[in-house]
Amino acid sequence: MKNKTKTIKPYTKQSFITYGILIAAFAVTLILVETGSISFMLQSLLVPLCVYAILAVSLNLTVGILGELSLGQAGFMCIGAYTGALFSILMQEAIPESAIRFPLALLIGGVCAAIFGILIGIPVLRLRGDYLAMVTLAFGEIIKNICGALYLGKDSEGFHASLDSASDMGLAPDGKVLINGALGLNGTPKDSTFIIAFIALFITVIIAYNFVNSRTGRAVMSIRDNRIAAESIGLNITKYKLITFGLTAFLAGVAGVIYSHNFATLQAVKFDYNMSILILVFVVLGGIGSIRGSVIAAVVLTLIPELLRETIGQYRMLFYAVILIAMMLLTANTKFKSKLTAYMSKLKGLVVKEKKGEVK
Amino acid sequence: MAMLEVKSLSINFGGLRAVDEVSMKIEKGELYGLIGPNGAGKTTFFNLLTGVYKPTSGTIMLDGKNITGKNTIDINRAGIARTFQNIRLFKDLSVLDNVKSGLHSQYKYSTLEGVFRLPRYFKKEKEMDKKAMELLKVFDLDKEAALPASGLPYGKQRKLEIARALATNPKLLLLDEPAAGMNPHETAELMETIRFVRDNFDMTILLIEHDMSLVSVICEKLTVLNFGQLLCGGKTSDVLANPEVITAYLGE
Repeated sequence: MKNKTKTIKPYTKQSFITYGILIAAFAVTLILVETGSISFMLQSLLVPLCVYAILAVSLNLTVGILGELSLGQAGFMCIGAYTGALFSILMQEAIPESAIRFPLALLIGGVCAAIFGILIGIPVLRLRGDYLAMVTLAFGEIIKNICGALYLGKDSEGFHASLDSASDMGLAPDGKVLINGALGLNGTPKDSTFIIAFIALFITVIIAYNFVNSRTGRAVMSIRDNRIAAESIGLNITKYKLITFGLTAFLAGVAGVIYSHNFATLQAVKFDYNMSILILVFVVLGGIGSIRGSVIAAVVLTLIPELLRETIGQYRMLFYAVILIAMMLLTANTKFKSKLTAYMSKLKGLVVKEKKGEVK
Repeated sequence: MAMLEVKSLSINFGGLRAVDEVSMKIEKGELYGLIGPNGAGKTTFFNLLTGVYKPTSGTIMLDGKNITGKNTIDINRAGIARTFQNIRLFKDLSVLDNVKSGLHSQYKYSTLEGVFRLPRYFKKEKEMDKKAMELLKVFDLDKEAALPASGLPYGKQRKLEIARALATNPKLLLLDEPAAGMNPHETAELMETIRFVRDNFDMTILLIEHDMSLVSVICEKLTVLNFGQLLCGGKTSDVLANPEVITAYLGE
């Protein structure tokens, strides 16, 4: 037994600590909800919290593990949200059981987003750094705007689509408008629950950890650390970049499906660049490359403004800014970090000394 | 058959002919040195061999196979591995993972098998760990396996780079100034390592080096480049006695 704990790998330990934290947080939240100790407003935040955490973890695969800046996360989320919601609306009668329909919707949303991710990735991933950031930002906006202008309807003859107006589709009188341009989708079944969203988050975190600590993840990080050396040992750069980008898009798509099934109406406007930047803020403040950090940052930074709203009202954004700066110092500034750890160990030393003194 | 046979290899950068009609023949198991003054085109020659640059003319045959104009990845798979003049390690990966990256093409399982932790993942990772640790032991790096590569002292980083190159299971190993920046003690240790690699891995080695004490001791044959052109080639003792070589290095 002793031997077994000795051979446990550091990353296995890290991942299991994260799984533990997640499960504990989940249990505490469930108890709080059951006993009615948290407000209705906070309860309504639980699903978005999981969605943001999934988005942050998935973006961290591209930003932290692949080392490329992508600002198109909201676009992939948008594709997932639209295709997932559309599937659910169309299949509402064919598959009335949401326990079967919703997982299928999640899968379809994820796969569609991944396909777009790879299609966009093929030309875009030739760029690096700031240029990649700009192009992904543009693609995110393009996706959002196309979705926002899209009209889709169905009648006895089949599907009709238009980018101009609902009347342009030429629907038969028995037809039904599914996507109504800027007004988006209506009547998405409200399948998202906190439990499903949490399970999705948990699986996302497992996938992320396993991905990083596998042959593929190692190749991706090798490419990040030194592209030329990675090529010299026979690693196919394009392939591994696309795999990572596709996985990021897939998970963002899944997050989008959960997001869309949390509200009855869905509009593309929500998936603008502010959303992408917000997710990037979570990743950066949680620590680039740290999966646990992404989850924590997403949860903390989503909760804080809401919690502050109840207590200090109009000054909440001021405090939010202070917290952002504090987190930046804590996570990104190595000087500050080393000072803090030195201080902490000093403190520990004092405590230990005192205890020893007592024994004497 | 020669392990490496280069025939009148040339490359032009605009009007500059950086490597001009260079030929070279290395037999299997040889320890071969490539020397020349700064700017003679040695590293460019390495970059041509490894597919970083495409030659303007000439052919490169590796173990009887034509690899002229192929890309870096295919050339590595065909059997050429290299180290770099300015060390290029995966600095944020552990020492062990650096070597495991080198094993990438030989121990395969799919991304899905990795993400869902299917049996093949455990089997292959275990094999990779074993093989990588064996290699690290050879270079006396096994105790540092869990450290990040950037945390190693300079001499050990050089060794790790050689270990990573060997992990790709090459036929020919190219070392670009392996002793650069080393003190005499480290250089002596490195010479031991290079010899050891040649003897125990049954390797053919071509190295670029400025340190004449190293070259004259361990290389059996030398080729001298000057201004991109072949100055002379042959047995080490003959080449170093050649007055033209002395002039190229020390001036008139």
